[in-house]
Amino acid sequence: MACKTCELFDSGHRACGGCGAALAARLVTKAAGTDTIVVSSTGCMEVFSTPYPETAWKVPWIHSLFENAAAVASGIEAALKKQGRKEKIVIMAGDGATFDIGMICISGAFERGHDFTYICYDNEAYMNTGIQRSGATPYDASTTTSPAGSHSFGNKRPKKDMPAILAAHGAPYVATASIAYPADLMQKVEKAINTPGPCYVQVHAPCCTGWGFEGDQTIAIAKLAIETGLWVNFEMLDGKITRAKKVVRKPVTEYLKTQKRFRHLLSQNSRMRKLLPYRQWQTGTPRSTGSISNSRKNERINHFFRGFPFYLYHQDGNMILQHDLS
Amino acid sequence: MMEITEGSHAVAEAVRLCRPQVVSAYPITPQTHIVEALADFVANGTLDAEYITVENELSALSACVGASAAGSRAYSATTSQGLALMFEVCFNAAGMRLPIVMSIANRAMGAPLSIWNDQQDSISLRDSGWLQFYAEDNQEATDLHYIAYRVSEDPAVLLPSFVCFDGFILSHTYEPVDTLSQEDVDKYLPKFAPPERLDAKDPVSFGMYATPEYYLEFRYETDRALKGAKDVIAKAGKEFEALFGRDYSAPVEGYSLDDAETVIVAMGSICGTVKDAIDEMRAEGKKVGLLKIRVFRPFPTEEVAMFLKRAKRVAVLDKNISLGAKGATVLEVKDALYGSAIPVKGYILGLGGRDVRKRVIREIVSLVEKGQGDQFIGLRKEVL
Repeated sequence: MACKTCELFDSGHRACGGCGAALAARLVTKAAGTDTIVVSSTGCMEVFSTPYPETAWKVPWIHSLFENAAAVASGIEAALKKQGRKEKIVIMAGDGATFDIGMICISGAFERGHDFTYICYDNEAYMNTGIQRSGATPYDASTTTSPAGSHSFGNKRPKKDMPAILAAHGAPYVATASIAYPADLMQKVEKAINTPGPCYVQVHAPCCTGWGFEGDQTIAIAKLAIETGLWVNFEMLDGKITRAKKVVRKPVTEYLKTQKRFRHLLSQNSRMRKLLPYRQWQTGTPRSTGSISNSRKNERINHFFRGFPFYLYHQDGNMILQHDLS
Repeated sequence: MMEITEGSHAVAEAVRLCRPQVVSAYPITPQTHIVEALADFVANGTLDAEYITVENELSALSACVGASAAGSRAYSATTSQGLALMFEVCFNAAGMRLPIVMSIANRAMGAPLSIWNDQQDSISLRDSGWLQFYAEDNQEATDLHYIAYRVSEDPAVLLPSFVCFDGFILSHTYEPVDTLSQEDVDKYLPKFAPPERLDAKDPVSFGMYATPEYYLEFRYETDRALKGAKDVIAKAGKEFEALFGRDYSAPVEGYSLDDAETVIVAMGSICGTVKDAIDEMRAEGKKVGLLKIRVFRPFPTEEVAMFLKRAKRVAVLDKNISLGAKGATVLEVKDALYGSAIPVKGYILGLGGRDVRKRVIREIVSLVEKGQGDQFIGLRKEVL
């Protein structure tokens, strides 16, 4: 049961000041409550929260490997069932562990239908190893393995659509959330935990070190991601979108200009400035990707907005969802 | 009760009697019959376990890690490529001191792909912190499962175990096996009660991150526990003998060893062939004996040195090779005999299921008598 006044992820851990993932851990454990077992993947959170002999976790916690959190959780669930125990299982894994290296284990565990909640704290790159691109890295972001340069715009591929992948596995509850909206995040985590079966919540967790911004800007940047439509908070029940946060969308440059990883896109002298359709970003008309565009410019815009199980377009200044929410 | 049964089924029955609460495995030849039999037990209510049909071996052992950490007795079985896919998890389970037991139906490693027997798979994980038991026949293969759980779960050990038995040669062979009753096994193997487990009533953190200030001590303690397991095996083996009459208290076993001038050191099902060859050679007046290694980890260095001290020469058979060096067993035996003048020669044989017959053993004995060795045995002429 949720315990909003509990601090189950203790202070004194080794995260950077302004770490979005640390805040995610704090909010998730509040929403999950004391009767919870947390399974972590290898990554920043595991490292900053458990330098032996100290641990930040006041709930039972296990970390095995980078890729196997979903399989470890499957075994815990089976053991609890056999022992007649009622604790809830929450996985806390980064986007590299989730979108990339852990995909097989995740697919297997979701297909088998174990009862757990999988939280992906999504900071959009491999931060623990020094900011390398992952399948969750946004289009055109500069990372240490997708650096922007005279021959590169940065990351060449749009964000992988993990929520749709897991919804396609038959996950009863899939949601996205942001650390900038803690009440919404906690409500979604609680809902996921109380929904039987494998549930997925993808939490946008800005990384000041990896994205290149000051630690006091974390929440403001997380908010901007939502306000510019580059992160969408929504809920899916049994594969159908049932709720989404609508916004009056700000130009994406408002978000891009706050972070070093996108700086190359906005440089006045950039070769890319000529190529990229800034005017469209600013007035905001990313087209629906229902049909395939033959225009390279439009393709680039659409790639920016991908990574969610539906695509967005802008009409009269408001964000409209392609899916009918009625 | 004595029954003529297939090795895999005898092992599955022994596992059933050990009452694992979580079974997690993935099919791979020649292990498959074990996990099929266990699935059948669960489907028919004779084994009260959660059976997780994972999507690969990495998840098979990872689920055992979760189950064991949550306080349930966990079991898996694999071989060869499957074990290689578990490589990372093997080190992890031992490091977290989780007493999982896993059957290995030993098989060669690709490439080239081979489904047939040698011991390269489990030998390649000798440094992972797991106990390694090797069975000569199916009776031993079943009994070693009871012993393995008992030893692994001992609070002084808390380390996982491989029970290795040769793929096809044992796993698919029908032999008479004395299967214990549930009452007997319950008497021998207490309920799993680990000192720490994942429990909301008493939260602990498993699998933390260790800086250079602490890591070395974790490795030291794991090594100390694994070496100390030898005494626990002795105790558990004695108790097993008192109850059921078969003695597994020693990590090695001698055959015609007392006056033996030439001693063959071997591991697994090949020991049966070696014993037959020895009987023939003894009838001809040759003083040949066998030192069978049952426990490869912890390695019984002192016992090997003691049993071999009167030998004039030693021939070590390895169904594995550390490519670029030697077989794993011969390196251990040389280490055990370091400082003595006894010549030790290694022979690589039986890889990828190549049949090893009595005449091959006789050939090795004549080679070691001539001081020849450290070579492959039975190679096709065209590669020479």
